[in-house]
Amino acid sequence: MPRYVLKRLLYMIPTLVAISIVAFALIQLPPGDFVTTLAAQMSQAGDTVDPNTLAMLRRQYGLDQPIWVQYWIWISNIVLYGDFGRSFDWDAPVSDLLWNRLGLTVVLSLTALVFTWVISLPIGIYSAVRKYSIGDYAATFFAFVGLAVPNFLLALILMYAALRFLGISIDGLFSREYVDAPWSWGKFVDLAQHLIVPVIVLGCSGTAALVRIMRANLLDELYKPYVTTARAKGLSEWRLILKYPVRAALNPFVSTLGWTLPELVSGATVTAIVLNLPTTGPLLLRALIAQDVYLAGAMILMLSVLTVIGTLISDLLLAWLDPRIRYK
Amino acid sequence: MARTDGVRPLFTWTRNKTAKSTAATGAGVAEEVTHIKDAEHAGAWQLAWWKFRKHRLAVASGIVVICIYLVAAFAEFLAPQGAGDYSARYTYAPPQQLHIWDNGEFGLYVHGYKVRVNPESFAREFVIDPETKIPVGLFVRGAPYKLWNFIPSNIHLIGPVKAGQPMYLWGADRLGRDMLSRVIHGTRVSMTVGLVGVSLSLVFGIILGGLSGYYGGGIDTAIQRVIEFLLAIPTIPLWMGLAAAIPPTLPPLQVYFMITIILSLVGWTGLARVVRGRFLAMKNEDFVTAARLDGAREMSVIFRHMLPSFASHIIAAVTLAIPVMILSETALSFLGVGLRPPVVSWGVLLQEAQNIRTVATAPWLLLPGVAVITTVLALNFLGDGLRDAADPYSD
Repeated sequence: MPRYVLKRLLYMIPTLVAISIVAFALIQLPPGDFVTTLAAQMSQAGDTVDPNTLAMLRRQYGLDQPIWVQYWIWISNIVLYGDFGRSFDWDAPVSDLLWNRLGLTVVLSLTALVFTWVISLPIGIYSAVRKYSIGDYAATFFAFVGLAVPNFLLALILMYAALRFLGISIDGLFSREYVDAPWSWGKFVDLAQHLIVPVIVLGCSGTAALVRIMRANLLDELYKPYVTTARAKGLSEWRLILKYPVRAALNPFVSTLGWTLPELVSGATVTAIVLNLPTTGPLLLRALIAQDVYLAGAMILMLSVLTVIGTLISDLLLAWLDPRIRYK
Repeated sequence: MARTDGVRPLFTWTRNKTAKSTAATGAGVAEEVTHIKDAEHAGAWQLAWWKFRKHRLAVASGIVVICIYLVAAFAEFLAPQGAGDYSARYTYAPPQQLHIWDNGEFGLYVHGYKVRVNPESFAREFVIDPETKIPVGLFVRGAPYKLWNFIPSNIHLIGPVKAGQPMYLWGADRLGRDMLSRVIHGTRVSMTVGLVGVSLSLVFGIILGGLSGYYGGGIDTAIQRVIEFLLAIPTIPLWMGLAAAIPPTLPPLQVYFMITIILSLVGWTGLARVVRGRFLAMKNEDFVTAARLDGAREMSVIFRHMLPSFASHIIAAVTLAIPVMILSETALSFLGVGLRPPVVSWGVLLQEAQNIRTVATAPWLLLPGVAVITTVLALNFLGDGLRDAADPYSD
């Protein structure tokens, strides 16, 4: 096992390097740079733009250097000093902006992940064991609908329903009185209440997909000879199902964790914009549109790294569950 | 498991016809016997079709999908108004109900509007006026258009008999544009984004997945690493980054192609995996070895012998990939980094509903979402049925 962990960790390094290059290339793609955007904004506001000032700003931000030099400065600062640069748009260190929001993003994604698993596991098992029952058809139907509804549309519909029928507005993650308050039990409860809608929205499509996967996996296992053997030995039906076939069916289930996480992060981006959540989504959209390169780059980098770590965790879990994988 | 090479024996068609005539006249037993005999001779495609036909939901969904593509093809004729036609007099007019029976006999009409001042907000708003009747006709003359850009006409499937009278079956938006017409026009863009994007992904997927599965070794490892890497980047932030890079000055058509390219950049990975898996499974099948021993060239082995026998799997995978593309385009356009007005797609239309206050005053702005959900559901059911039918030799 330690050898396998080490091997997987080593595999991560080239992926991370490639991701950092892609993230940097991505933020350099738009024509012009932040100074061009700034100049356009200033001339729109009626200010005169002095070319000397612009050149000075470029030099100050290092934008006049060749692209690989810029990349090298950027990445070495991150790796060596943990310095992600300054956000032009917010005029604040990127790391401050990022840490403020990354925590809540992780909380939201993980809660949604747990929600997805807690809901989809029992439904999937039920669907497989009672194949072609009314419950199975209902679960299948809802799974398909869940996959077909875009996250943001579900968020809009829930917001509309809450406003229309309950008379409450459900955007944001905190009530107004708790936004800047220090952490307390009251703030935690408030956060939990506000998390319900985003978690349902985020968990919806994931739950739908996992119910289908769990059902298919379990159906493959249910009619194998070892199940018949266990039944012949007189084990009670539910204990038998939970102890053997479900455990075997969980295996491919865990491997999907790797792609559930990036999907949650992606879904969280759009949902957060609609629901106005203080997570990374709205910040990223604004940074991309304003060409706030260091902020946008750092965020794409962090979100990708989160995903790579998620894949790693799922691979390790899988190896732990199934000895065949770690000795291959 | 024996697998025939997918070459369809020509005589199955005639045999199938006799089977049908026996079934129509003969008893149940005779039908069963002919069917079993038939199944021995039927080619893979015939078997797949029989299996697909049993899947009622998938067949129904297939019909829905065909209808949606017909709507996309004849959008100008089906829509009562043009995509950009606006009327400042009817901003946020609520949907009207289409009445079919007029005083006990067939006659289409809708009720008109009257203006009322909201007692709470003092805003001007429209309410349906049951006193007035606006007669509605089929094949009426309305706004002129050019079908497929070259057939000039002004006939619309449905519309007010007297041109200019208000008919908003799905309500109107903030500029008084007819939502129904805009959703119909949006169908063309949204549906073709899926098709064009999937075609691009398919080309990449077949070439790279085929190389990967057929040759294996170093090429396989390299391509697999690239796929793993692309899957490791969260898609929406990646797409947002790429889409934000499209210069705002580009003409709408080029933006459209850029978006499809961006979507297929990630989309090909899934198709490549399917193709690779099929190649790996088939590489050592007897009929492939036989073709190779027969002296067939490599290209001929791949395209004449291997490709036809997993074409059904590719069709199923493609059908399941289209809804993903449609959802992605909708999400990007909704965020404002995808397609932009004046192009009309379902995502662009939903962008109008981004603000919860707007949705609260005009909930019918969410109707394009119904179009998205219906389409995606139909394509998913169809794809599911096709996937089951793709392997006609299992159970």
